[in-house]
Amino acid sequence: MGIREGMLALLADGPKYGYQLKREFEVATGEAWALNVGQVYTTLQRLERDGLIEAHETDDKERHSYRITDRGQDTFVEWMTQPIEPSVANRDDLSMKVLLAMTSGVVDAAVVIDVQRASTMTALQDYQRLRAETPETDLAWMLLLDRLVYQGEAELRWLDRIEDRIEQASTERETTITATRATTTAVTRASGSTND
Amino acid sequence: MTERIVLSMRSVGKTFGDGVQRVDALLDIDLEVAAGELVAITGRSGSGKSTLLNIAGALDTPTSGTISIAGENLVGLDGKELALLRRRHIGFVFQEFNLLPTLKAGENISLPLELDGVPLADAREQAEAALNEVGLDGKADRYGDELSGGERQRVAIARALIGQRNLLLADEPTGALDELTGESVLQLIRSRCDAGAAGLLVTHDPGWAAFADRVVRLRDGRIESITHRSATPPTLERLEL
Repeated sequence: MGIREGMLALLADGPKYGYQLKREFEVATGEAWALNVGQVYTTLQRLERDGLIEAHETDDKERHSYRITDRGQDTFVEWMTQPIEPSVANRDDLSMKVLLAMTSGVVDAAVVIDVQRASTMTALQDYQRLRAETPETDLAWMLLLDRLVYQGEAELRWLDRIEDRIEQASTERETTITATRATTTAVTRASGSTND
Repeated sequence: MTERIVLSMRSVGKTFGDGVQRVDALLDIDLEVAAGELVAITGRSGSGKSTLLNIAGALDTPTSGTISIAGENLVGLDGKELALLRRRHIGFVFQEFNLLPTLKAGENISLPLELDGVPLADAREQAEAALNEVGLDGKADRYGDELSGGERQRVAIARALIGQRNLLLADEPTGALDELTGESVLQLIRSRCDAGAAGLLVTHDPGWAAFADRVVRLRDGRIESITHRSATPPTLERLEL
């Protein structure tokens, strides 16, 4: 989820106490990602168990500060420089709904598409509004809003595209049926089996 | 809330050709745009977007239905009267070729005022103020080719809303611009509408359409759907990460 890597990134900068890490993590993510103290300490314990960080100093309240180990440093750099695997959306709910609509015939695929399009457009309107209101300097929120805007746009384009495909497929099916009928009639006539 | 309706279309239809050649470009369109509102028109090519914008801008007349702009019914007006109404109330922003190349930015903006008999010094002063409003202070003496694409669109927006004009009609205004410049132009259109203009934006781009209060989707000349902005303003907290 990135909390682990976030802690490593902050510790790569120098030794820190848990409460410092919580605060700095929130600042770095523009408060967009709130953490509770429990999450921080659980994460630190796991990192220490895995040998990625180690206890450094103890203050007068018996709290430990931590520092990153060489192995921790390597793990962090490796994580940062690896691409994120693209998430495969071939089994998401929306694709599933559209496919089921096309096969079951109870609800028209066009209805599924229209309902989704309206909902995604409303969300996109919200994101654009928030983007206009958020100060440019608020990089963490901007990064997130940009992403949401592009995801929304992509979904709307995809909906248009599949709508086209469904229409095209049904037109072709009709054309094929008509063509088959025409051929059958022509063949029947040519074979002289009709009496007209 | 008293809504001031700037553009009103009632049962508007537009047909081209007749007999087997007949094409219904628009069918039974009901649309109102109030001051302070931005409405986007979307739909695939051939859905009637441009025809609708041309009728809204009094560049074309409907075959059926009624249309009024700033309270004036357009049905029955002759060419000269329509031209006057356009000059007084309507501003256009297109994808490209918005400015008269032989005129400076300031002159492009003051031209409609001068044509309406506003004294030159007064018209130029209003043009300067309009340039300030779109973030182009001090650029009144630049010619179109001395401005960037984004700046030219800003000049076009300033001119579209000069004087008492308050109906802004934009046809793919970001089509020739990069993403970032396009966004700032859309934000400018949005803020001009927030400041009281009525805007109608034709775009095929869902991201730009989402700047509008209402997104009207056309299909085969009819309104297929209308998506409204959320009634309660969104907040970052509600994104729930």
